[in-house]
Amino acid sequence: MTPDRPRGGYITPYGTGPSAREGANLGDILERVLDKGIVIAGDIQVNLLDIELLTIKLRLLIVSVETARELGIDWWEHDPWLTGDRRGLEEENRRLRERVADLEEGRHGRRAVDAPREGPRTERERGRLEEPERRRVDPERRRD
Amino acid sequence: MTDTGTYLYAIARDTGTSPPPGLTGLLGAPVRTIAEAGLVAYVGTVPLAQFGEAALKRNLEDLTWLEATARAHHQVVEAVAEAGPVAPVRLVTVYRGDEQIHRLLRDRAHEFTEVLARVAGRREWGVKVFAAPRPAASDDAGGGEPPESAAERPGTAYLKRRRTNLRTREEAWHRAASRAERIDSVLTGIAVARRRHRAQDPQLSGRDDWMVLNGAYLVEDERGEEFAAAVAALRDPELDVQLTGPWAPYSFTISESGAGGTA
Repeated sequence: MTPDRPRGGYITPYGTGPSAREGANLGDILERVLDKGIVIAGDIQVNLLDIELLTIKLRLLIVSVETARELGIDWWEHDPWLTGDRRGLEEENRRLRERVADLEEGRHGRRAVDAPREGPRTERERGRLEEPERRRVDPERRRD
Repeated sequence: MTDTGTYLYAIARDTGTSPPPGLTGLLGAPVRTIAEAGLVAYVGTVPLAQFGEAALKRNLEDLTWLEATARAHHQVVEAVAEAGPVAPVRLVTVYRGDEQIHRLLRDRAHEFTEVLARVAGRREWGVKVFAAPRPAASDDAGGGEPPESAAERPGTAYLKRRRTNLRTREEAWHRAASRAERIDSVLTGIAVARRRHRAQDPQLSGRDDWMVLNGAYLVEDERGEEFAAAVAALRDPELDVQLTGPWAPYSFTISESGAGGTA
């Protein structure tokens, strides 16, 4: 390690290279240290290994869902590779249809229609905040 | 009995060298080495008041604690990586004492040696590709819109525009994703191995735009510059291609047969 590297502060990856390279941010670090690297016990019963391992179920540790969510580690919920964001679109469409039906009853003027401007993901996040219990994640789901 | 545990950061080959002088890890504690079976474990002593199982459950909920721990862990792993091939160990792996680490190295020597052989002379690079969602331009353009058919009620017209926008967004997403696939395939051609991570949430990435690729590539040291240059060449006005690294090979410690994604 280089002598002048700050200790315990912001860590940059070792080596030098093109200026285009980005520093390691906390998200990138967490993604690796929490979810990658050698797993000693994983979800296996520690006793089977006959090792007095204190920390077990490392995968599940991040499942403290509230922490994960606060960090944004809830990609398993809406990984666009998996969902293509379709679910959000469907929700949005349904909501809009209801809204339009209301409006065409003549109850409101046009201005009110312009209110919903956020994209589907934002709407869903809002929904999640309002109903945290419904979003509780089955930890098994995020195992690859 | 003791109220401390042995925290395991990383495993490397035993080359007879001592840890980098002055290297400290969690809580500023010095990093020690434990040698066994041709391997060396980089460890530190931690108080069980913080790193015992019950304490960990609590502490991992504490973002400040988690960040400090993650960074300290990462710092040790990177320092070890500078000296030679390393197999990073997952965060907060704590044993009751050094003897358990000796046993671990003995019991799993073969596996660890294999991992170290796979990552020797290679480094991990992270590549994230972002695409800006197409702006919902006509969403609330009001008077700026072309005149609609007088027969159409305003709500219906709005819904139609909204649908078009959503469809356009979806098409933009698929276009960006398919270009990300091509980027991935170019980079995989340079790398010796590749793992695809899940797309990060905007809160984690700190960006609102779409992450259409989050890949880790294991690249020979001597091809690092070539890899970085390839990444730079893949940037274009619509896609932001972000390079991080080189990293210790966090994403390549799991054997091909193990869980953890595609090779």
